[in-house]
Amino acid sequence: MSQPDFSHDASRTARGTAFRYLFMLCALLSILTTVAIILTLLIDAVDFFAQVSPAEFLTGTRWSPTNEPIAFGVLPLISGTLVITVGSAMVALPIGLLTAIYLSEYATDRQRSYLKPALEVLAGVPTVVYGYFALVYITPALDTFLPLSTFNGLSASIMVGIMIIPMVSSISEDAMSAVPDSLRQASYGLGATKFTVSTSVVVPAALSGIFSSFILALSRAIGETMIVAIAAGQTPRMVDLTDPAGMFLNSIQPMTSAMVQIGTGDIVGQGEAYKSLFAVGLTLFVITFVMNLISEFVASRYREVYR
Amino acid sequence: MAADTRDEPADSGFGQISRTKDVSFRLLALAATLVGIVSLAALLLNVAVDAVGWLDWQFLTNPPHPDPFQAGFLPALVGSVAIMLVIALITFPLGVGAAIYLEEYADDGYLTRFIQLNIANLAGVPSVVYGLLGLGLFVGLFSIGYGTVLAAAFTIALLILPIVIISAQEAIRSVPDSQRQASYGMGATKWQTIRNVVLPRAMPGIMTGTILALGRAIGETAPLIMIAAPTTVFGLPNGPFSKVSAMPLQIYNWASYPQTEFQYGVVAAGVVTLLVVLLTINSIAIVIRNRYQQRT
Repeated sequence: MSQPDFSHDASRTARGTAFRYLFMLCALLSILTTVAIILTLLIDAVDFFAQVSPAEFLTGTRWSPTNEPIAFGVLPLISGTLVITVGSAMVALPIGLLTAIYLSEYATDRQRSYLKPALEVLAGVPTVVYGYFALVYITPALDTFLPLSTFNGLSASIMVGIMIIPMVSSISEDAMSAVPDSLRQASYGLGATKFTVSTSVVVPAALSGIFSSFILALSRAIGETMIVAIAAGQTPRMVDLTDPAGMFLNSIQPMTSAMVQIGTGDIVGQGEAYKSLFAVGLTLFVITFVMNLISEFVASRYREVYR
Repeated sequence: MAADTRDEPADSGFGQISRTKDVSFRLLALAATLVGIVSLAALLLNVAVDAVGWLDWQFLTNPPHPDPFQAGFLPALVGSVAIMLVIALITFPLGVGAAIYLEEYADDGYLTRFIQLNIANLAGVPSVVYGLLGLGLFVGLFSIGYGTVLAAAFTIALLILPIVIISAQEAIRSVPDSQRQASYGMGATKWQTIRNVVLPRAMPGIMTGTILALGRAIGETAPLIMIAAPTTVFGLPNGPFSKVSAMPLQIYNWASYPQTEFQYGVVAAGVVTLLVVLLTINSIAIVIRNRYQQRT
């Protein structure tokens, strides 16, 4: 890569070579960004872990960065994140999958040309707006028949779920469209209905693409910040396995919401609470990074099979 | 499905059941497709109704105020536009440059695939983490200052850069190879081909992608919180190093006020303003895309 490509007549001028390296620098900036993210997170996180042991951080069941007694157990925050992830998955995965089936198997070209951009709008609405919607419209609506707190996991989960529907539907639809038509024709030839073809042929054949979209969407739900910061509340709470519904009805605090709380506080500086921001950020980054990688690898499987 | 009914004679009964199933599944799938769209439409309608009476000239030209009847949006509006202009200046050349390298120069080697995978991954990094990057890098290391126009713009520029690169790559890839060959055939160099043939053809697509990415940038909130941008600013930004707020930050701040006038009035007006700005930006992108499609 370091050698210019002299085999090509076109890049033989000095100017051409200069531009080649200039553009290469732009591309390499993306790698530099990743390195910078990892370094900025690590440097302050390492400082933090010098004060608070990683074992205490990863296994502690109390999170209280500023109020005495100070405690830095990340598990309540991970609990909160888990609740939002599970809740939004229950909304987005079935709806997104059915949407993808409709778009890929049933919709006419004309319908698709309206529905797809309309769905894309869902992902384009600023999340602060969704957070506001959840707080002032969804929570009061649900509150009429559920014992909800003002801030709760349920409204936030529903809103995050609606936001990530297009991520599930568009990637799943791509995977389903990539299923060769010969498979469908073979099934129709055996007398199958469209329902059977969709559920027994197309979905199984596109499974890796569908899984990839699921993982990516869940990764988005984990990293989603403003909806949960506004609507889910700021009460770090461990999941109580005897009362899982309680997590949805009460105020909780996912990792991202905790980061916003520290970020909006006045504890900018060198304190442990400030440094804990980077430890939580590192945890969040590692989780989403691994999920994105898995999604990428699972997705590359179906591309190889059908393209 | 057919296996369940194997024992039945192949008469109209079987066909009836599967046809009912077929039709109901089709309706279920259509309903699912509409769920998200309809609920968003309902929420938008709610906020539009609430904003009536609050979204007026005074709201758009006043600074924020603790009294909901005097509260205004101007500093946040101007702040968002200022941040967005700097972001455009940063991401456009960098994003297009990276896309040109990946599509026109890079061979299909290990490094290229690594860069590509890395860009895909960067697009999935939570925005709040980019905020920490901005805090550590631009505020900490480079001392640009907490919550300044430049710190905010640099941070969000890095956030949307992967999106700009990916969409610019798609635009460049859609330029037919025959046109490049024709250019080479006339004796043009690689750079001349890129500048005179590839870029002009790809430019509408690149513009569309960049503008859509800028639309995303204008809605970003979490990174601004992380670099300690003030949630309320009373004056307009007067330089790259002045502290700046933005529309989503101001909305976030107002949403925490308990008064009904804020919750269902002032914030609704702010949300409608933000969405109108976003809609305008996206329509510009769509107009560019449509013009381009008509020409080819």
